[in-house]
Amino acid sequence: MINAPEMHRGVRVGGWSWVWRPWVVLVTVVLAALTFLIFCVSISIGDFTIELPAVVRTLFGQGERVDEFVIMDLRMPRALVGLIAGVSLGISGALTQSIARNALASPDVLGITGGASATAVFIVTAGGGTAIGGAMGLPAAALTGGLLTGLLVYFMTWKKGIDGFRLILIGVSVSAVMQALTTWLLVLADIRDVARAQRWLVGSLDSRRWTEVWTTLWVTIALVVVVMVIAFQLQPMHFGDDVAAGLGVRYSAVRAVLLLCAVLLAGVAVSAAGPVPFVALVAPQITMRLLRSPVPPLLASGLFGALLLIGSDLLARSVLPNDLPVGVVTAIIGGPFLVYLLVRANVKRAA
Amino acid sequence: MVVEQRGLEPAPAQERPHRRRRLGLVGLLVLLAVASVLSLVVGARSLTPAEVWQGLFGDPGGDQRLTEITLIVQTLRVPRTVLALVAGLALGVAGALIQGHTRNPIADTGLLGVNSGASFAVVLSVYLFGLQNPVQYMWFAFLGAAAAGVVVFGLSSLGRGAGNPLTLALAGQGVTVFLAAMTTAVALGDKQTLDVLRFWNAGSVQGVGWDVIVVAAIFVAVGLVLALVNLPVLNLFNLGDDVARGLGVNIAAGRTVGVVAVTLLAGAATAACGPIAFLGLMVAHIARWLTGPDYRWLVPYAGLLGAAVLLLGDIAGRLVVRPAELQAGIVIALIGAPFFAVLVWLGKFRQA
Repeated sequence: MINAPEMHRGVRVGGWSWVWRPWVVLVTVVLAALTFLIFCVSISIGDFTIELPAVVRTLFGQGERVDEFVIMDLRMPRALVGLIAGVSLGISGALTQSIARNALASPDVLGITGGASATAVFIVTAGGGTAIGGAMGLPAAALTGGLLTGLLVYFMTWKKGIDGFRLILIGVSVSAVMQALTTWLLVLADIRDVARAQRWLVGSLDSRRWTEVWTTLWVTIALVVVVMVIAFQLQPMHFGDDVAAGLGVRYSAVRAVLLLCAVLLAGVAVSAAGPVPFVALVAPQITMRLLRSPVPPLLASGLFGALLLIGSDLLARSVLPNDLPVGVVTAIIGGPFLVYLLVRANVKRAA
Repeated sequence: MVVEQRGLEPAPAQERPHRRRRLGLVGLLVLLAVASVLSLVVGARSLTPAEVWQGLFGDPGGDQRLTEITLIVQTLRVPRTVLALVAGLALGVAGALIQGHTRNPIADTGLLGVNSGASFAVVLSVYLFGLQNPVQYMWFAFLGAAAAGVVVFGLSSLGRGAGNPLTLALAGQGVTVFLAAMTTAVALGDKQTLDVLRFWNAGSVQGVGWDVIVVAAIFVAVGLVLALVNLPVLNLFNLGDDVARGLGVNIAAGRTVGVVAVTLLAGAATAACGPIAFLGLMVAHIARWLTGPDYRWLVPYAGLLGAAVLLLGDIAGRLVVRPAELQAGIVIALIGAPFFAVLVWLGKFRQA
């Protein structure tokens, strides 16, 4: 007899169907709620504190004039950029790890981060770079470099479709080249420029304006919608290409589109917050363990990425000394948390 | 001779790949010898082989020029050549082992935290004690690599899930991430530290004294012995943990030996040269392409390839921006990685 609690009911709405897993839904909802809470706390804390209820009221358009100015004009862009970058990184990481079938893969492997970093360091340190930087602005130039590198990896991987193994190996090589270029430029540069470049390299949410927010926001929303719709086709692909083909999934096309989305999402994140490291690697692995899911969950990874990024930013501003960049704090929190989950799982298995 | 006595066994078909692999090993050794000679000859000041010979074994007497040559050969060229051989061998073997143990094609020698541990220790020692000289902070690099390796291994072997390849890889990644962030945090606050860090990150075999090289070589020797002992077990691991257990392999013990070997090899090499992580990854794949999946062949190939690539990278680094030098770690990534990518694209490599 089949053990009843092991079974999960299916849900069908029109042409869509999925399995009802209460734990997954519960954790996802809790993550979403936590993200919203941290988002609000992050807005409420600053040079002077605005009470949480006032923040929530203002967010829904019922606040006072003063609060509205401080929140909407000053604090909202920063928090929103953190949210966007976190969600993009989390989803991008989950997609990359699903497609590469490799827990160590992340958008860093796709070349985005490496390309953007090399470009940015070139602009900051090299003589000719200053002209480009002046013309385009550092973030735009870095984004261009990152996207070009990402597309280079993408098309180098392309050979009658995309293969996960080829993808990560080519990605790792391209990233190695970019990293070597970055190191080389740093070795040659003046030490003052190195300090500036290094600051950019860890990513930051400082001094954001609305103009930067809107584009990234719309692009992210569009990409996330595309990913969520196609994700229905991704699920069977975890069983391997043959099974997926048998279930009527055009796996080659799905993989190509989803990988492109992963590249673009990582690009969005870089343009929004700089090359914040590790969020994309760590978020899917942590949510897999929180959700007890065998594969990287997309939505929850995005939420956790946002939670990690905004939470780290909040900690960096409020608790930690001397203004650490957010990219450092995400790693200091995310790394040990992942290790904790791994160790806990191991020890539990012994019991 | 043993082969003939085996009589009717299907020897010819079996022996041919063996002979080819043996020939390949000989070829690699020849390549290494040539590269070593080149490494002694090439540099900011080119020497002829005869001069090198003179510098190595001759008595300079009172001759100004000969004394100079002896100085260059014995204090500059020989140490860096030896270090490139030792470190390259260590990184190649470690790269093949870590990919075998984690069954992950992008596992590199930095995965177990030794690279970031060494970097963090270097940065910390420079920040706290104001060390300027690589000879001084290299000892801290040793300590840092060892400490990080122990922590990663300890964490991943808690509980009964111990020895799971994925846990090992991810625990290593978690610790690496943490240490790298701490390194950045320290370096961002102090310009002098940042200055040391950027040169450390490049990875170079130049300017390392004999005392460091000898210590590194001892660690590497121990690591190599452990690695060799580990090879037959590693072959069984790659049939899957369940099959290996069924064949009577002690999984935890085999994994432990392998991980300790990787930590010793990669840690010693990294402490002496700085983080050169891509080398191990690259030569492991090339070795698998050349020899097939048998680790008893794959690992020696990877080691020799690693030594050859590091030597050649170092030599190339002396030539490209003369009279200055480009660090070997940078050269390997800039030249080796595109070459590697082409091989990947041609479909030469297969998953472990």
